[in-house]
Amino acid sequence: MRIWVPGDSAARALGADEVAEALAAEARARGIEARIVRNGSRGMIWLEPLVEVEIDGVRHGYGPAVPADAAAILSGDAPCALGPVEALGWMRRQTRLTFARVGVIDPLSLAEYEAHGGLSGLRRALAMDGAAVIDEVSASGLRGRGGAGFPTGIKWKTVYDAPGARKYIVCNADEGDSGTFADRMLMEGDPFSLIEGMAIAAHAVGASKGYVYLRSEYPDAIRVMGRAVEIAREAGILGADALGPGRGFDIEIRKGAGAYVCGEETSLLNSLEGKRGIVRAKPPLPALEGFMGRPTVVNNVISLATVPVIMEKGAAHYAGFGLGRSKGTVTLQIAGNVKRGGLFETAFGMTLGEAVNDLGGGSATGRPVKAVQVGGPLGAYMPVSMFDTPLGYEEFDAAGGLIGHAGLVVFDDTADMLGMARFAMEFCAIESCGKCTPCRIGAVRGVETIDRIREGDPSALPLLADLCETMKDGSLCALGGFTPFPVMSAVRHFPDEFATAKEAAE
Amino acid sequence: MQPPAPSLSADEIRAIIHRHLALEGPLLPILHALQEACGHIPEAARAPICDALNITRAELHGVITFYHDFREAPAGRHVLKICRAEACQAMGGAALAETALARLGLGWHGTTANGAVTVEPVYCLGLCACAPAAMLDERPVGRVDRARIDALLAEAGT
Ligand SMILES: Cc1cc2nc3c(=O)[nH]c(=O)nc-3n(C[C@H](O)[C@H](O)[C@H](O)COP(=O)(O)O)c2cc1C
Ligand code: SF4
Ligand code: FES
Repeated sequence: MRIWVPGDSAARALGADEVAEALAAEARARGIEARIVRNGSRGMIWLEPLVEVEIDGVRHGYGPAVPADAAAILSGDAPCALGPVEALGWMRRQTRLTFARVGVIDPLSLAEYEAHGGLSGLRRALAMDGAAVIDEVSASGLRGRGGAGFPTGIKWKTVYDAPGARKYIVCNADEGDSGTFADRMLMEGDPFSLIEGMAIAAHAVGASKGYVYLRSEYPDAIRVMGRAVEIAREAGILGADALGPGRGFDIEIRKGAGAYVCGEETSLLNSLEGKRGIVRAKPPLPALEGFMGRPTVVNNVISLATVPVIMEKGAAHYAGFGLGRSKGTVTLQIAGNVKRGGLFETAFGMTLGEAVNDLGGGSATGRPVKAVQVGGPLGAYMPVSMFDTPLGYEEFDAAGGLIGHAGLVVFDDTADMLGMARFAMEFCAIESCGKCTPCRIGAVRGVETIDRIREGDPSALPLLADLCETMKDGSLCALGGFTPFPVMSAVRHFPDEFATAKEAAE
Repeated sequence: MQPPAPSLSADEIRAIIHRHLALEGPLLPILHALQEACGHIPEAARAPICDALNITRAELHGVITFYHDFREAPAGRHVLKICRAEACQAMGGAALAETALARLGLGWHGTTANGAVTVEPVYCLGLCACAPAAMLDERPVGRVDRARIDALLAEAGT
């Protein structure tokens, strides 16, 4: 009997380990030979722990499961039965390209990885020269999923053209944005796809060493990635002849140390080098002078893990999905106060409202939705009146927001928007790298100014607007430069909450 | 959780440093390894690190203090991290954290008098679809409510 119980940390956070133990004990007691695989999560976090049992070759789901369900699950008559998992609406409505294998395979089985299309992208890439691989990635329209949306092919071309005997592929797995967990789920659920993507990148630009800079808040992902790298090395996918005779490529997993700003690529490189994670001025671009001053590709986990399917199915297939210049799929992470939270991969172009109401089912509390913060702590609060905004880079930019890493954090009508604006400033103050004054000092002033607004000081609101302008114009990176997005979007869309007591009384 | 060894000998410190010297940019891996071995970055490790990496005491101090993870003194036997970020706030995380801290009579980063647990803020654990979230040592916990916090604290021995 084949059984799957996710080992994903969200599933574990909801009791998956206890459910797996109960199933194993029950199977033992009944003398059933059960093989329990700890797979990744299918992304339906509201149904976790989501147990799957194979019946006549079809995987049937049970969730959310508790240990007491074990007996009924094995008998096939558990009340939490969901039917065939692939037939659930949440699964059928997706276009799973990057996440095709997540939740399906045993994350550390290279055989299952290959059986589900893994390594065919790398094989195809290795039969081409680097420039042709870069052309293919460019033609796919893939843009960086870490936040800025920069075309991946152009970045790779810069590294390809840069002179230098030693080049690097650095994977940004710092995923610090609230409301985001796609990187984590991918690394825990399908680690070989990231390794394969990094190997393709290495072949394309001529790199010999890769690093995954993985935040320390993700101990499970660190364990799975570490083990996957060892397995890949044993199989020769990494190592001295990984990319062909004498063309070595290897990967090292490096643990972050709890600094949000280290997700910014130049801060990350300083941190990798063993320095304080201070942001570097650009130029020089990391592509030309990156890790140890050498040419370096820095890409997000999802950007790199999407490359194998592009190489496997071809650029045209990938570019066939999407909206305008936002090609391919976006891995939406629906979170916060939402009934059905989780990961949903779909072509760019769905509206924000569809994602929150249709997919997410509205708020978890059942109260009206008030706002959605899109794109992490540096993203704008979008009110319900903007729910017709399509999910696309340019579309969100035009609406005064950003997609960032595609996290959607839902708030119900009890949310205190002044409090959230204050938190944005406080977070910036805590996490500032300290290099520029508008960010380091401005964020502290921002907290004080918002406190004065709360106390009813009528002169404080114009001050806050000025301060935000100064931060926008005078900050070296987006931590100081974009903190005004959540702050001023809250002011703009929820002006009543920033009105002084006197104004409110009028 | 095994209580971390209270102190490391000079030889142990040297061995940890030397194990990482072949890496490119070995400082963070060294600091993590030291902290894993004894719960903090011991004062006695500073001089040997500076010698091995050819950096000044001030540079080393700058690095240790830049990162939230590194401790100059050991934490409690357990560390409870409670998420303060937006998705958890949307699900009542702030009030929950306040309750937990008040129950223990601690502020953020505080350690209970019996040394059982240190409570730390964290900004997202990637558990935002099952908020509010916390982590006890390395164990993730989702949809935390008062009862679950109490159970975690009891388990940690407060
Ligand atoms: C404050 C700050 C934090 C960031 N955090 C992350 C992060 O956690 N993960 C990430 O991939 N990119 C992050 N970025 C974006 C990176 O600087 C960089 O654009 C990205 O790693 C490039 O990869 P991509 O082109 O594949 O997106 C951050 C940027 C800033 C300014
Ligand atoms: S904006 Fe803030 S985080 Fe970014 S470089 Fe300046 S001080 Fe550092
Ligand atoms: S915001 Fe709390 S786990 Fe992500």
